[in-house]
Amino acid sequence: MVEHGDIRVVHRGGSKINFREPVITHDSRYLLCASGECVKVFSTSTEECIHDLRGHTGLVTGVLLKPSNHLQVYSCSADGTVRLWDYTDGILIKTYVIGCPVYSICASANHEGVIFIVTPMLSDKRSDLFQLVAVDLPQSGDQLVEARELSAVLSDVSSNPAAIVFGRGGEYIASANGLHLEVYFFKKQKSYRFSLKEDNKKGGKNTVTCVACHPKDDCIATGHEDGKIRLWRNFNHKKEYTYSTLHWHHSAVSSLCFTPEGTNLLSGGMESVLVQWRYNQESERDFLPRLGSAITHITVSPDGALFCTSHSDNKITIIQSCVKVSAVIQGLVKGESVRTDMMVDPRSKSLVLNGKPGHLQFYSLPRDKLLYNLDIVQQEYIHESGLEQFEVVKAAFDASGSWLATVEERKQKDAELELNLKLWAFDEQTQSFVLNTTISAPHEARITAMCFCHATDSQTTMLVSTSKDGHFKAWQLGAPAHTEDEGPSWSCDFVGAYHGLVPECCCFSADGSLLAVSFQEVVTVWSPASWELLTTLSQPPKAVRDLCFGRLSCSKYLLGTTANNLLCCWNLLTCSLEWSTSMDISLLLADPLTENMAAFCCQAGSTDLFVFKPSEPRPVFSQKAVCSGKVTRAVFAPREEMLESCEESSQWLNHSQLYFLTPYMDLMTFTTKAEEDRLMASSKQLVIDDSVAMTPFYLLLGKHRQQEDADPLSGLSAERRPLPQCSVAIKELLQTPAHVLPSTSFLCSMFVQSLLISVTNGREETKHVEEEMESEKEEEDSEGEMESSTQRPEQASLGGQAAPALTKAQLRELKRVKKLDHSWFPGLLHS
Amino acid sequence: MASFKPTKVQVYPKLGEKVTQDTLYWKNYKAPVQIKEFGAITNIDFSPVAPHNFAVTAFTRIHIYGPFSQEPVKTFTRFKDTAYCGRFRSDGQLLVAGCEDSVVRLFDVSGKVALRMFKGHTKAVHITDFTSDRYQILTGSDDYTCRLWDIPNATELNTYQEHTDYIRCGVTSKLNRDLFITGSYDHTLKLFDARADKSVMTMDHGQPVESLLLYPSEGLLVSAGGRHVKVWDLLKGGQPLVSLKNHHKTVTCLCLSSSGHRLLSASLDRHVKVYNTTNYKVVHNFDYAASILSLALAPDDESIVVGMTNSILSIKHRKSLDESKEISGQQRRQPSYRVFVKGKNYVPKQDDYLVSKPVKQHLAKYDKQLKKFNVSKALDTALETWTRLRKPEITVAVIKELDRRGTLKNALAGRDEQGLARLLNFLIGNVVDPRFAPVLVTAAEMILDIYQSVIGQSSVVDRQLLRLQELLEREIDYQQDLLEVLGMLDTMFASSLPRKEVNLHLSKRKTESINSDREEDAVGQ
Repeated sequence: MVEHGDIRVVHRGGSKINFREPVITHDSRYLLCASGECVKVFSTSTEECIHDLRGHTGLVTGVLLKPSNHLQVYSCSADGTVRLWDYTDGILIKTYVIGCPVYSICASANHEGVIFIVTPMLSDKRSDLFQLVAVDLPQSGDQLVEARELSAVLSDVSSNPAAIVFGRGGEYIASANGLHLEVYFFKKQKSYRFSLKEDNKKGGKNTVTCVACHPKDDCIATGHEDGKIRLWRNFNHKKEYTYSTLHWHHSAVSSLCFTPEGTNLLSGGMESVLVQWRYNQESERDFLPRLGSAITHITVSPDGALFCTSHSDNKITIIQSCVKVSAVIQGLVKGESVRTDMMVDPRSKSLVLNGKPGHLQFYSLPRDKLLYNLDIVQQEYIHESGLEQFEVVKAAFDASGSWLATVEERKQKDAELELNLKLWAFDEQTQSFVLNTTISAPHEARITAMCFCHATDSQTTMLVSTSKDGHFKAWQLGAPAHTEDEGPSWSCDFVGAYHGLVPECCCFSADGSLLAVSFQEVVTVWSPASWELLTTLSQPPKAVRDLCFGRLSCSKYLLGTTANNLLCCWNLLTCSLEWSTSMDISLLLADPLTENMAAFCCQAGSTDLFVFKPSEPRPVFSQKAVCSGKVTRAVFAPREEMLESCEESSQWLNHSQLYFLTPYMDLMTFTTKAEEDRLMASSKQLVIDDSVAMTPFYLLLGKHRQQEDADPLSGLSAERRPLPQCSVAIKELLQTPAHVLPSTSFLCSMFVQSLLISVTNGREETKHVEEEMESEKEEEDSEGEMESSTQRPEQASLGGQAAPALTKAQLRELKRVKKLDHSWFPGLLHS
Repeated sequence: MASFKPTKVQVYPKLGEKVTQDTLYWKNYKAPVQIKEFGAITNIDFSPVAPHNFAVTAFTRIHIYGPFSQEPVKTFTRFKDTAYCGRFRSDGQLLVAGCEDSVVRLFDVSGKVALRMFKGHTKAVHITDFTSDRYQILTGSDDYTCRLWDIPNATELNTYQEHTDYIRCGVTSKLNRDLFITGSYDHTLKLFDARADKSVMTMDHGQPVESLLLYPSEGLLVSAGGRHVKVWDLLKGGQPLVSLKNHHKTVTCLCLSSSGHRLLSASLDRHVKVYNTTNYKVVHNFDYAASILSLALAPDDESIVVGMTNSILSIKHRKSLDESKEISGQQRRQPSYRVFVKGKNYVPKQDDYLVSKPVKQHLAKYDKQLKKFNVSKALDTALETWTRLRKPEITVAVIKELDRRGTLKNALAGRDEQGLARLLNFLIGNVVDPRFAPVLVTAAEMILDIYQSVIGQSSVVDRQLLRLQELLEREIDYQQDLLEVLGMLDTMFASSLPRKEVNLHLSKRKTESINSDREEDAVGQ
């Protein structure tokens, strides 16, 4: 096998942002959260990701603002380092090497130069016991610092970061593990340990899930598995401690948080309701219900104006003072498994898969952003564990993206299966899918596969579904039933079966003239036009698992994988087996734009990838050990612009990109070296200057600049151009009160021209010096003059600092206008 | 923040007739005006000239009604016995009528006394008509003859004695003064030409012919007799075109709508059917209280007049344009709507500051309770009498929703005798409905589980449980019968399939019926 050094498997988008609790900066403008191997900085107002703080080589396990400098942030990672960043510029300041995996981090303003981290108790990493250690951060100017001075504070703590918290100005630290609450007082160097009973009478569990400390008062709040919140007081005595209980949640409290002034306590859990308790008046509660999905973390901004909740569906909600949801940062929603296949929406080219329960998510891959969720089930989701709800299990798009078919099912114990087949039409006006037809109980048993006829020229669209009940059904869009206002709707056109066998998969040929349905070990080929059984192909003794027609020049081939590790290729012209090979293929898929087929092949616990053309015996590309475990979901996503790669091995990536999901639900893709370089270059340019408020005007400017940078000539130069708004003259102009300025019509054309970046040529630069000389003399004359030609030399005082983007002539003009104005204004006052 | 998603109520396809243009057209009549006559109404004829009065022949009288009057404007009573077939001449001036006493009388519409009496028939004359030249009269009688009479001289011009039974219907051609057609109880239709001595065409209807109708083009002839309505093509020499059998008693009368696109037939089975004359499909159906003997449509279909055996004359007038629009007009007048739309069409000015107000979501009563997780109350509201009886699908949807939330058991439990009786009542009414069965069977099982300890404490509940049991037993019997039928059908399908496809089991559209059967089967279990 050839080793393809330039094709790599990389993470691309869709990482978790709800893994650890987010941090809101002091000015409430940014939100920092751990996301995979980097820390993301979001703007709280525009929801845009501003920086990716990259550098860690393991999972980031905690983010913390530096107590002594609120413009810097610590992040800890499982790679055994703690890093200090400047988040406004996205610069790595320092790296502290700890040496063992860090699971969470906390610090207090009271303890200067010390951070507290949770590490495994023993040196071996498989240990279940964790300890809280204090790390003295060495003061040294180096980038990379070894921090080996560890001193254990508490042993046997939970690895959950919500279970350790500093109390009242850092005087003590509270930690919960299992049924115990432990409080350590730094002054007394003493810890108190309180335990709860295993279970209370009603069968609720007393296990502590989260802890919060009151910022002003000696009070610790603990959340429990059974939904209770306990408020502990008087805990500096071993015996005389007291606690009171609050109960609203019906399942475990997953997060607790006091507001900075300590007037309110926020709690959240599975119910996806944010509950606000008044401190000392606990009977008064406020609710913010229906936040979408279970709350995992709650954070409050230092000024108490913003609340921020992380949710289990990879979402961060920003709430203004418990009243209004002001922003939602949504990542790729990942459940335990993807029941629907991964698909690409032909219209928006976005990745489509299961999202929130009962929804399909449309995820833009190039922008790494969730576009929208389509509510398929359209039922109120009940946040209760153990409840069987409708799940979207199958989805399919037709070739043009104007129809979407979804299957939802709900299986209760000892009740019959509830199935719904829904067909959605794309509405041009609202740019979303609108429900057209609901078919309840389309089959008597689970639907195994579903596909649309992909022929682009046919007048009618056809959908085929196969089911465990031994039938496959063809659905067709029917004409309007009556004269009334009902539009066309879908109805069953044909029901087919073969010997009472169970159909497993179905596939239409590229031109839509053939339908292949596999019935266990037999592949039947039908003509959808007449519903005649044309031929049967079979490769006993095992059932066919996957079926796929070749594309373009290979459309005469039908490929199938069987359960006994065979990949077969039939030639449909001769109706005979062309070739077969022994491979344990877990997934076979065809690139819609080329002849290429990708086969994920499971071998010895890891997955290999083969890309091949059905007509050629040698694979186009192969890579061993793409990832560990079995890949069951993958998709070819068409590229927006074709890649021009001349290397033979990476040509298969030119038209489309192959994305796949690992068993741990990581979205991975293959990139080539050239593509990576391009991406790096573009990401550098994309860094947004955050010195300006995010206004629509600003965004407009930003876009303008981006276009400029995309220019192939300028893209080559590594350094960025100075921005036009740096120009002093413009700043001055913008800051001058409007009533002392001349009319807008006079200023406008000039101002707009100043924003256009003209190519500065060398000739102007050389003239620069002489012009300066001349300008001194000219200044006096210009005072009284109304009309002046644009060729006049400019003033030295301004021209020196002005950006090269702005021509000197324009600057001078601006200056002149200002001067003009001042002379005119007092005159008006005197008269 | 997402809002509460209301419970989805499944929409079931409406059974019964579909709304088509025809139903809309034929339903657009006012409530009928009913007038009691002296005896069975045998004939109704509209005057061809405005104001389109109509002559109603009933017992020994002929009444002439104006288009909107409920009292006769004119009455002819000079009959010694039952009068038959009062018909207007094409100028609306003269009226001819036969009589049981075999005398044919000719009246001036404005006069009272008969202008002419035509004597010659030996038995009752059931059919009279003017020829298209307006100077002659055709009569047909129970003495098996039909005759042509000259009006000015009151003399008999010709006698045709070809029928072998009573002549009970006949029409004259409106285009040719010499042609006329008669139908008789000897099952035949005969076309006569006054210029020849004999019939020129004979058609066999197969049953005693009761009524005849010529299309305005006179290329097609419609005959009614027995349960059949037949259409004949005269231009092809009397070839039968269509035979319709939509009534289940003798068809007595035929009529064409003014446009000629719809054919109406009235029958003793109390129905009037409307056919499309291009494909001869029934497009509409009227019901009446008694067997219908005569039917007539006013020009432009302004009114439908029907005479029945119980001597009632029913007149339906078409609704005027204002009246048919009245309903929507009333809705607009409601004040609540006006309040609702207030300010909707206000266009904001440039410097207006828009204060957006959150739109309040309207929720049904049961949804409000579901939103608060009040499961018992939600079920109670869904079981309110009106909902339970008129919209059982709402009740079923709420039960399904509760089941989905896993709280159906809580909602069903803890009911008193009255509440339980109401619940059981609903079950008895709907559990065997195939649309609701899957949901209600689980609910029924839960009810039995919860309340089995209280069986025997209340006579009301016990009686209802027994009824439920009885119902289910009967349903199981039905299902067994249906399965037997299905088995028979399967063998028939199998034997009808071509031999070469024996290994290929195709069943198009068959699964639907199997599906519903399975559902019902589940009820039985």
